Amino acid sequence: MRERLLVDESSVLHLPRYVRLGFDQLRACWLVLAPERMYVPDKIALEILKRLDGVRRIELIVDTLAKEHAAERKTIATDVLKLLQELADKGLVST
Amino acid sequence: MSLPPPLGMLCELTHRCPMSCVYCSNPGELVRGAGELDTQSWQRVLEEAAALGVLHVHLSGGEPCARADLEQIVGQACASGLYTNLITSGLLLDAPRLERLCEAGLDHIQLSIQAASAQMAARIGGRKGAHERKLEVAQLVGQIGLPLTINAVVHRQNLSELESIIALAVELGAQRLEVAHAQYVGWALVNRAALMPTRAQLDEATEVVERARERLLGRLVIDYVVSDYHGVRPKACMGGWGRRFINVSPDGFVLPCHAAQLIDGLRFDNVQARALGEIWSEGEAFCAFRGFDWMAEPCRSCPRKEIDFGGCRCQAFLLTGDARNPDPVCELSAHHSLLAGHTCGLAIDAAPELVYRHYSRTP
Ligand code: SF4
Ligand code: SF4
Repeated sequence: MRERLLVDESSVLHLPRYVRLGFDQLRACWLVLAPERMYVPDKIALEILKRLDGVRRIELIVDTLAKEHAAERKTIATDVLKLLQELADKGLVST
Repeated sequence: MSLPPPLGMLCELTHRCPMSCVYCSNPGELVRGAGELDTQSWQRVLEEAAALGVLHVHLSGGEPCARADLEQIVGQACASGLYTNLITSGLLLDAPRLERLCEAGLDHIQLSIQAASAQMAARIGGRKGAHERKLEVAQLVGQIGLPLTINAVVHRQNLSELESIIALAVELGAQRLEVAHAQYVGWALVNRAALMPTRAQLDEATEVVERARERLLGRLVIDYVVSDYHGVRPKACMGGWGRRFINVSPDGFVLPCHAAQLIDGLRFDNVQARALGEIWSEGEAFCAFRGFDWMAEPCRSCPRKEIDFGGCRCQAFLLTGDARNPDPVCELSAHHSLLAGHTCGLAIDAAPELVYRHYSRTP
């Protein structure tokens, strides 16, 4: 039986085989495809999704984003974890 | 304004099926094997769909596994870059075939169950032993590592098993569960008097789903399609006619919705005579109810038309005789009171005889 995946900064996540992130030439935007679902990620979500490589811990992704956006690390961490938990609850990311 | 590309395509590869579900949405007049599109035609349709911008393709039926060339069709869908979903009863699947489908690139399997108990399932699906077989197939899907959605159509006969259906989906390791109230077209329409839920059942079902969603957060995603006969606002059927979806029938007719052929007087194009892209943008059936110009009052001046597009055309036709009327589910429809005739005074244990899906005697 499946257990709920709880995301924290030490998590290492990737997109499972059945979740596809790709650039749609025709619509000129990035899309996430999953069973019966299609999402158009916003700019921040896309930056996060692209970094889910199954190797880096989330804390590293937060560090990078905080640096790149010259933003407070705590705010970024809250936003990233919230988004990833939502995605995990929809089965769109896995460990 | 240019027409946005379609998002999804449902390919009804065949009407042949080892089950005979009483809620089946296939038309009364089923297409026989000899009338089905051949392998090359389906492959061409899939290529054209991908070029047109379709993202998801659903291979369905009938039972799609009744086609010996399913692997080739899946292979083409995946090679064309389509996200490929197999909608199946599971009865014709075994481990070697699942592996071949997986190798061909299949992305996802949607397996239907008719109830939680074998006894009820046999009564609804018309086939003893089918339920047990499905449970085995669900295990195999998990072992191969394909993501699994369990689909259960619910109605007055099996709603008492909803809790157990949810528990079963969890036990089978499904990622998703789709609980869909029967849509009254095809064989479900024939059996409407036996399938229509009572108001109390419907309210309880909604509660059961909501509680389960909370309890199973992060473990099972539950999609819930409500029964609209009891409602007051129609749903945006197909996300709007000719806006998102394409349905191809076993014999190659291209439909804006799987039930569209029940609407009298609409002419449908066939993929054997015309390119899919042209059918999508210019075909008579697709243009008939696309946008808002076809609407009469009260839809025409209603602000909700941008949300629900006037509801379901097929339901409007079936219940009022004119597909341009608002879906009678809408309380602003002059025909809304008709629905009460089908939903009021039902008794849970009243059991009109069930009619099982079958081919008509005259070929
Ligand atoms: S609903 Fe039942 S009878 Fe109809 S196609 Fe599906 S499995 Fe076959
Ligand atoms: S009047 Fe038409 S557009 Fe308005 S809510 Fe009813 S069905 Fe929808």
